[in-house]
Amino acid sequence: MSVAYPVVFSALLFSVGVYGVLARRNAILVLMSVELMLNAVNLNLVAFDVWLRDALHGGQVLTLFTIVVAAAEVGLGLAIVLLLYRNRQNIDVDRQDTLRETKQEAR
Amino acid sequence: MTVLAAQAVVLPFLGALCGLLLGPWLTRVLVAGGLRTAEDAPTAPPTEARGVEEHVEAVPGVPGEPVPEEGRPAPAGLRGGGSRGALGPVLFAVLPTALTTVLTLVIALTVWRTPGTRTGTLVEVQTGGPPILVGLSVDGLAALLGVLVGVVALAVQVYSVAYMRDEPRYSSYAAFVSLFTSAMLLVVFARDLMVLYVGWEIMGICSYFLVGHHWEDKANSRAATKAFLVTRVGDAGLLLGIIVLGLGAGSFDIATVLDEVGGMPHTTVVVAALLVLCGVAGKSAQFPLHTWLPDAMAGPTPISALIHAATMVAAGVYLVARLYGVFLAAPVALAVLGVLAAVSMVGAALAALAQRDLKRVLAYSTISQLAIMTAGLAVGSRPAAMFHLVTHGAFKALLFLAAGCVIHAVGSNLLADMGGLRKAMPVTFVCATIGYAALAGLPPVAGFFSKDAVIEHAQSVAFNGGALDVLPAGDQGIPGWVAWTVYLSLLLTTALTAAYALRAWLMTFFGPEREAHEAPAAMRWPIIVLAGASAVIGFFGLAAEELRPHFGAAAMALLFTAAGAAGMFLAWRDAPASDPSDRMGRVRPLLENAFYMDGLYDRAIVRPVKWAGRVVRGTDTRVVDGAVEATVPAARGLGALARLPQTGNPQTYLTGLLAGAVLLVLAVVALT
Repeated sequence: MSVAYPVVFSALLFSVGVYGVLARRNAILVLMSVELMLNAVNLNLVAFDVWLRDALHGGQVLTLFTIVVAAAEVGLGLAIVLLLYRNRQNIDVDRQDTLRETKQEAR
Repeated sequence: MTVLAAQAVVLPFLGALCGLLLGPWLTRVLVAGGLRTAEDAPTAPPTEARGVEEHVEAVPGVPGEPVPEEGRPAPAGLRGGGSRGALGPVLFAVLPTALTTVLTLVIALTVWRTPGTRTGTLVEVQTGGPPILVGLSVDGLAALLGVLVGVVALAVQVYSVAYMRDEPRYSSYAAFVSLFTSAMLLVVFARDLMVLYVGWEIMGICSYFLVGHHWEDKANSRAATKAFLVTRVGDAGLLLGIIVLGLGAGSFDIATVLDEVGGMPHTTVVVAALLVLCGVAGKSAQFPLHTWLPDAMAGPTPISALIHAATMVAAGVYLVARLYGVFLAAPVALAVLGVLAAVSMVGAALAALAQRDLKRVLAYSTISQLAIMTAGLAVGSRPAAMFHLVTHGAFKALLFLAAGCVIHAVGSNLLADMGGLRKAMPVTFVCATIGYAALAGLPPVAGFFSKDAVIEHAQSVAFNGGALDVLPAGDQGIPGWVAWTVYLSLLLTTALTAAYALRAWLMTFFGPEREAHEAPAAMRWPIIVLAGASAVIGFFGLAAEELRPHFGAAAMALLFTAAGAAGMFLAWRDAPASDPSDRMGRVRPLLENAFYMDGLYDRAIVRPVKWAGRVVRGTDTRVVDGAVEATVPAARGLGALARLPQTGNPQTYLTGLLAGAVLLVLAVVALT
């Protein structure tokens, strides 16, 4: 099987993730999009590991690391979303603009 | 010899320094040693009763208005307030001055017995141009002036101990008087023009501080500033003149400069002489820079006696005498000096006639008398001018100190508040009578001989059409009309002087009697000594042929004196209690305001300068500051543009980041 299939597939997956991060309003969906991007990377790692016939299977090991890190990240992210909901009663990303430039002049 | 002179210069300076630094310590030591100060004395002298009224000084610029009593008694129980509780500063003020006086007398005696010029140099400062010789030179002229300065300074220091006994800042006052004495002696004994200029400027700053001694009153500090600024105008000219002379002669040494004058281009000499004249007019209060002197009477009366009558104002005349060779080489400058002297002497004498304030009468009289000296110099008689300088120093110091006694007793400066003090203050009366007689030029007191010497010389020069006998025959002297102007002004001034002297004398001591007390001993003795000096000093002039009076000129001068005095006496006789000058009618305000010179200067100089100052300030705030401040909105507008992308939405930022990354990748791909 050509390496092109998994690579193209992971590229598509990554693009879907990027779109999700940039365009979704719901924070949970943004987190899921981040997961999609991570998994696209995982897919790449595994595909190249097989294609290059790595004796130590570094790609697969690194994938396991990534999965663990992603799990931790999602835990953290969900906790933030939860707190955000508790404080603001919404989890729309584009409404969390406290750090925007205000109209009044800074003196 | 120059070592003695150097000691005379340095001693008062050290006295000033120690008086400020160690004075309180010495007071404590003396008190701890069992010496009781006057403050602890059980019986107070009777003069203390009115001590509060001591600090009544002239109000500058407001002639004739009653002077508010501004007594500032020392805080009760505060040791060190006034000379009374400050024995240390008193000792440091009086003792070095006394030693200096002795030294100047020794110097004068030595020079008298073995005449000649003695010079000594401490160090030669290389400047890249003509070197500056830090040194002293003693000759007859300097020794004579040194004695005058020493004696008057000692008299004033002793007098001040009593006069300033309730003054809270006595130590600084005494220190400035000492510093002034030191600077004046430096001017007198200086060998080098630059050293002389240093002393000249120190005198100026001492004058400034002492005129403004009671600076709590705004008018006093204004008078001090005015005195400082007006003399500064002249000093700028003097400095330039010194530089011109120094560069022309290749040396600042006075003797060398005088030797080199013959070899200098004529224009250089004329320019230098005229520039030096600026400084002389400023320091000696000659027209047109005379306006500061009457206002300087805001200082304490002993200061007026020392600085603004006897010594500092005479320094200008002394400088001309010192550099007389330069002036003789430039008769144009002598002619200018003669015209200025004529204007000053008549104008100031007229102004003195109408003043309501005793100290201002004496101030205008000082201008007038200094003009007589410069007139003597202008007609080529240096000995006569110097003779008059010395006699004037003695009798004007006497008059000011006597005026201080009267002011002390009456508590006012105004002539209207005085009168009838003849019986109450016999010592002051006799001494002041000698002083006024000397001022008016009555024989046989000092003023007669010296003024007569000047008049006689002016007369002979006028009759010779302006040819100066100090110049070689055939040399161009001063123009004949200048000589005649000087001579006639001198005669007119003689009459006016007699009139105003008589008026001041009558209004102070005659008329309805008045209760008063005689001045304390420390104030009495200096005026007695000065009165003795004023009485006899004129006879020293008999030793020199050119100073001896001759019948014709003396009779002419006495005629004018008698005319002036008779006119004033007739005006006074009918109403002894009133001011004889009231009879002048509408002329009086003109004279009282000294021909409105102050107003003229205010319009012509002060206001334009202030206006220019406002323009400069306006330019600064509106143009310079405006440009700086205009950058603020500009920067803020640019900042607002830069703030536009900051929406607070991370998705927008990320989109930008991604777009940037994609663009970079594309660029890399396209370019490689």
